[in-house]
Parts: sequence; C-alpha cells; structure tokens
Amino acid sequence: MGRLSLRQIPYQNPILVGTFVFALILGAAIVGLVTYHKRWGVLWREWLTTVDHKKIGVMYCLIGLVMLFRGFIDALMIRTQQAIAVGPHSPGYLGALHGYLTPFHAGQIFTAHGLIMVVFAATPLLVGLMNIIVPLQIGARDMAYPYLNALGLWLTAAGAALVMVSLFIGNFAHGGWYGFVPYFELPYSPGVGVDYWLWAFQLSVLGTTLGSINLIATIVKMRAPGMTWMRMPIFTWASLSANLIALTTFPVLMVCLALLASDRYFGTHFYTAGMGGNLMLYNDLFWVWGHPEVYFLILPAFGMMSEIVPTFSEKTLFGYATMVIASFAIGGVSWGVWLHHFFTMAAAPSVNSFYSVTTMLVGIPTGVKVFNWIFTMYRGRVRFELPMMWAVLSLFLLLVGGLTGMMNAFATNDYMWHNGVFVVAHFHLMVLLIAASIFGSVEYWFPKVFGFKLEARWGKAFFWCIVLGTGWVFIPMFLLGFAGMTRRLDYIPYTQWGPYLRVMLVGMGFYILAVAFFFMHLYVSLRDRAKNRVGADAWGTSRSLEWMTHSPVPAYNFAFVPQVHARDEWAWRKEQGVADLKSGPYRDIHMPGNTGVPFVLGALALALAFALTWRIWWLSGLALALCVAVVIVRAFAEDTDTVISAQDVERAERRYHDGEVVPMEEPMGRPTPRPAT
Amino acid sequence: MSVMSRSENARSLGLWDRDHEGHDVIGTRTFGFWLYMLTDAMVYAALFATFGVLSHVVNLAGGPSPAAVVHPVYAYGETVALFVSVLAYGGAMVALKAGNKAALIGALGAAMVAGGVFLGLAYSDIERLFHAGIVPQASGYLSIFFGLILYHALHILVGMVWMLVMIVQVMTRGFTSNVVYRLINLRLFWHFQAVIWVFVFTFVYLQGTVL
Repeated sequence: MGRLSLRQIPYQNPILVGTFVFALILGAAIVGLVTYHKRWGVLWREWLTTVDHKKIGVMYCLIGLVMLFRGFIDALMIRTQQAIAVGPHSPGYLGALHGYLTPFHAGQIFTAHGLIMVVFAATPLLVGLMNIIVPLQIGARDMAYPYLNALGLWLTAAGAALVMVSLFIGNFAHGGWYGFVPYFELPYSPGVGVDYWLWAFQLSVLGTTLGSINLIATIVKMRAPGMTWMRMPIFTWASLSANLIALTTFPVLMVCLALLASDRYFGTHFYTAGMGGNLMLYNDLFWVWGHPEVYFLILPAFGMMSEIVPTFSEKTLFGYATMVIASFAIGGVSWGVWLHHFFTMAAAPSVNSFYSVTTMLVGIPTGVKVFNWIFTMYRGRVRFELPMMWAVLSLFLLLVGGLTGMMNAFATNDYMWHNGVFVVAHFHLMVLLIAASIFGSVEYWFPKVFGFKLEARWGKAFFWCIVLGTGWVFIPMFLLGFAGMTRRLDYIPYTQWGPYLRVMLVGMGFYILAVAFFFMHLYVSLRDRAKNRVGADAWGTSRSLEWMTHSPVPAYNFAFVPQVHARDEWAWRKEQGVADLKSGPYRDIHMPGNTGVPFVLGALALALAFALTWRIWWLSGLALALCVAVVIVRAFAEDTDTVISAQDVERAERRYHDGEVVPMEEPMGRPTPRPAT
Repeated sequence: MSVMSRSENARSLGLWDRDHEGHDVIGTRTFGFWLYMLTDAMVYAALFATFGVLSHVVNLAGGPSPAAVVHPVYAYGETVALFVSVLAYGGAMVALKAGNKAALIGALGAAMVAGGVFLGLAYSDIERLFHAGIVPQASGYLSIFFGLILYHALHILVGMVWMLVMIVQVMTRGFTSNVVYRLINLRLFWHFQAVIWVFVFTFVYLQGTVL
C-alpha cells in the first residue's frame, strides 16, 4: 500500500476527529435521505451522468459552495489562533505552546484556505455560472462539447475530494498555497502533504483547462443566428476574455507543477537548491499563471455586474463597446504583470519598473468599467433588490481593493510591506468583490434555473452581515499591515497587535452570522418556493436572451432557436411587442445523451491522484491503464445522442404555458438512437 | 399587422429560426481541437522556456555539457522518420478526399511505421546516454533535456495509438462524420508534433553542439 498505513489517520487530533464525525453525520444524513426518498436512480440518471450544461453548472456551484464553507472554517481557525496566541504569556491548548494550533497544523490550515478559496471555491462557482448562463445568453441548446463539460466537472470534483480526503488521511501541505521551492522539494517536505496539494491542484488545472476550451468554442461556434459579436451580452464577452486567459495560462501551471512532481518522484533537478536547479524558475512559472488567474476570476465577476446593473437601473448598459475593449485590455495586460509578486527578489530596477508600470496599467480599463457602471445607474430607475445590493457592494470593494492594489504596484512600497498583511487585506477585498458578484448573480439567476426567487428578508440579513464582517476584519488588517505585521503567523510576538486581532474576531462573528443567515435564506426560500414562483422574465426588466425562455429552463433551452435582432434582444422584443414564445409547429430536437463515462473517469482520476500521493504504484498503474482503456472504448460509442420528439416538446411547452412548474430533474423525451447513416 | 395573430406576427418578423438544424459538427470539433493544440503549444512554450533557463553553464552542475550529450546524427534520423510519417499522413488525407478506404488505411499504417522508427531511434539514443551515466537526475540541464524529448516522444506514442484506433474505426465504420473529424484532428495533432520537433532539433540538438 505504498506509504499508507493506519498510523496515518490523525485520530489523536480532537479538531480533526470532530470534523470527521461531523462529515460522517452529514454524509449519513444525505445517504439516508436519498435512500428514504428512493432518489438514487434519479441522482444517477439525471445528475451524475448528465451532460446538460445547466445541471453541470449547478453541480459546479454546489462544489464551490461546499468548498467555500470549508475555506471559511479554515479562515475562522486562523483568526481565532491569531487572536489567542498573542505575546509570550498567552495560553496554549491542545498541545500547542500558544493558541490551540501547532505551527505544523496552522501551516496546513492557511495553505488549505488559500488553495481551496482560489481553485475549489471561486473557480467552480464562476465556471458553474458561466456554464449555466453563457449558452442561454447566446441562444444555444448546449455547450459545444457536452461530454467534455461533464469531464471537466468530475475532474474538478476529484480535486476537491482529494483536498477533503487529506483532512482525514495523512496531512496537507503546510508551506502556503502557492508553494515554495526548494522547501516543497522532497528532502525538506518528505511527507504526503505536498503531494496532496500537487495532485489536487493538477486535477483542477486539468478540469479548468478543458472547461475553457469548451466555453470559448461555445461562444465562437454556437451563437444563434443574428447573434453577431457586438450583440453579445457583456457577461458572455467577459467569459470569453476570462477563458482565453485560462486557455493560455493554465497549461503553464500544469508544467510548473509537473516539473515539481518530477523532482519529487524521479529525483530530477528543476527547482532544487543544488545540482543545477533554479528556484526562481518555479516562481516565474507559477505566477505567469498566478496573476492572470486573478483576472480569470475577476472578469466573469465584472461581467455579472454588467448584467445586474442595467437590469436594476432599467437602462441599457453605458459604454458597451468600451466594456468589451476593457475586458480584453485587462485580459491582455494580465500576461505582463506577474513579476510584481516578487519585486523584492533582486530583479534589476528596470525590470521592477516595467512590471510596476504594467500593473498600474490594469487600473485604466478597470476604471473605465467602474465609470460605465456608475453612468449606467445615473438617471436610471435604480431598484435595490438583492442582486443590485451585491453589485453595488462589489463596486465599493473594487474601489478599496483596487486602489490599495495600485499602492502595491509601486515596487518601492512593496519593499516595505512585502509578505505583509496589507497585501493580504488588499487581495482579500478583491476576492470578496468576486464573492459578492457571485452571490449577486446567484440571487439574480437563481429564478432562471429553479423557477422561483430567493426570499429577501434573510437574504438582506446575510448581505449586511457580510458587509459588517468585511469592515470589521479588513480595516484592522490594513492597519496591522501598516504596523508591519507579516502574513501566516501562528504566534504574534507583539502584544500591541492583540486588540486589532480581537477586533477582527468581531468581524468573524458577523461572518458566522452571515453563514447562518445564508442557510436560513436557502431554507426559507425553498420552503416558501410556491409563493416566489416566477415566469420567464423573473425581474421584469431583464434585457438579454436567457430571460426569454421558461424558468426553470427546459432541457432543450429554446423550443425554437431565437433569431437575434438587437444587442439587448429581450428588451428589444418587449419594446416591439413580440415577446411571445409560441411559434409552431414543433420539431424534433437532437440533444446529447447522458453518459456515465465522465463520472467514471473522474473517479479513476481521483484513484490515480490518491495512489500517486501515497506512492501505491500498482493502483497508480491500474487507474492510469483503466483511464486510457475507458477513453478508447468511449471513442467507439456511436449512439451518443438522444432525440426529444416534437410531441414531447409540445407537451412540455404547453405545461410551461399553463404555468406548471416542470422540475429540473424530470427526464425530457426518451433516448432514441440516431438513424444509421 | 393587427389582423395577424401574435405568432404569425412573430414569424413574419423572423423571430425564430424554426428550421435550425444545429451547428456544423465537424467544424465545431475541429475548432475545439485547435484550442486544445493551443494549450499544448503553451505547455511546450513553458518547457522551452525552462530549457532556456536551465541551459546555462551553472545548470550543468559540473556534469556533461550539451555538446557531450546531444547526437545530431541520431536526431537527424529521427527528423527524417517523423517527416516521412507526416508525409504519409498527408497521403492519408488525400485518400480521405478521394474516399478511398484501402489507401487511407495503408497510408495510416505507413505513418505508424515511420512513427515507430522515430521512437526506436529515440529509444536507442536515450539508452546510449543512460549507459554513459547521462541521466535526468544528474543535473538541471539534463532534467529538462530528457523532460522535453520524453514529453515529445509521449505525444508520438499517443498519436500512434490514436492512428491504430482510427484504422479500426475506418475499417468497421467507414467515413462517418465522427471518423472524419477525428482523422482531421489527428492530422492537426500529428503535424503539430512535427513542427515542435523542428524546434527541438534546432534548439536542443543543433544549438547543443555549439554550447
């Protein structure tokens, strides 16, 4: 079994045992509920084997939410540790000298927090939303490659699962989410932690790369007739720009991580301290991905704001063309800024100056976007419903996060606070902006996907707790940054920092409330869903194509593929009085058929990654061979399509028109093998 | 207008494309494969960048210099083999246009054989080096030298397996749209590996002789 033995189960750590019990109870409850309601068949047929872009998107979002919760618990532990372990006389619990986390455990937590929040929370949530919305916005019936789409999902799920497994078997990396060499090399980190980190990361890289190919091809190839480039909604444009970034940079990270794996598994010398290795090479390769990755995350968020703001200002978006140009300017500049992550690592002044300037250049297109949103609101009929509240919060966070980012862009400033919590506070505001946009767009598009709006009372409580928590946590963090506090401390040597850290705990209290209110928000919305049913156009003032079809969206998206006439097609149709959806007679619709192959490949990838982590060579070989075999066998499958017959389409359309709610998991049509050609 | 029903009104304006038969399958698949090849190009770009960084004299760690490692004659043989293979694949594409199954299978077989010659030459070259104690673990330069050529050789192997699958599919299925787009994508893949080999030959082997 390689390095794996029973001794690797950390049963002596009460925190991990508690987590395990919690996970066990939760897992048992889910299994019990599914069994009790006899839903295993539905789960397999309609979800795990689906190739429907909407269901895949929903599952991406679920992974993202679960991992967001996990990342939040990590954050909570870091904050409490730092609030307790202040000064030499601070108490120690659970075997720690100060606080309740040993340095090794604290290191694992901040590493997991970073990796999870970036690649397993934010990324799946954004990819999920792009998956759901982009095909609808361009009038397509599915993604360009539905099978590949499911594969991307299950690879991402495998990566997330591997991170979770590391909680209970062995340990996780403890040197920071972006890794350090030569510290992450085998002689200095001999345990399995780095290997867990490596393979989980690599799986998500693979999944996201496949996803980016799919989204780009969908946008380029699958647009409805009349949907010219300059009629595309801004969210689709932003997705295109973001996925071009992903397409070009994720492969570089793949190489970066593969070379580290080669060092650890084969004893090569890419990044080693001696024998001709080069450790700056790791930093460059990592951040050549790492910084564009930030824009990969933020561009879809900007796109979401660009959809929400016009809807709730009841106006067309101000400066459409400049919005498009700005999205691509950010995408283009993203490639030329990575060195600002290590200004202090002895580059020549001319090099640092170059990267200072390119970093500041990002502010120009971003500024254009900010003004465009503000001018869209200007003289509009602004309605502060939940999505709009989140969008405006994003705008404020962007101001503070962006301007502190400009401060960081000065190499001279960076020399003073490099590796300090000022930088940490800056990028947390930026990712909170992304999170706020995500919450806003979940509120905004939820009725489109599920057919009912989320209720407003708990949603508002959730929103305000996030606002308060953010203020209470990050304003003190900026101040501590000025005071010279460095990041990732498990012990605080200066007692005068204590009060700030305890104030931050108050903020964490608001965040805990926010999480509780979020669950209440979901629960109450689900309970009262009959009251909050909506039709196609949930908000009444939406402008783009996705609001033209029914809510929840049928499997085939559009009974007839729309002909596009204007930039805001749905708004145009409402103005022309041609918003009617009926246009008979119905026709058969060809759709991709469900398949279990991507799920199986995801499971095999998880087995492979786990086996490599623990160096169980027979299992690695077996899993890899099975992967190859499954891919080849799948290449011989011919009848991969289904047909939804005209009668089934008509029946479904009639039910929608009668105001009946057609549940998302209801099977649509029946698989009919394609006639032989 | 007012005498028309709503749906007639919608139809006359061309609001829905009722005859929409979906999208061009082969075009969509090929476009996606171009995007995939772009990611592969980025992987190679990162590997070549690494090669550039680790080719400095300090990265030899006192081990053998590039001039002592590379053997341009072997590499020239590999070049010829790979280009013959690409030419044969081009022949397969001509056979596809003509709809000639037998010629296509023959040409794919020839491309596979030439690919096999490439791999055989690469194998004996690597074996020669390993016997001389020149292994990836010896220095940073040798790590990326072997990393680059082995990653390329892996692509050749995958391409050959793919060709085998395509031979079986052409024999059993004939020219269905699935088979045709796969043949087109494989052409892209195969030619791209030859293009990459030009860079490997130039920067790793030819330039290596003077480093």
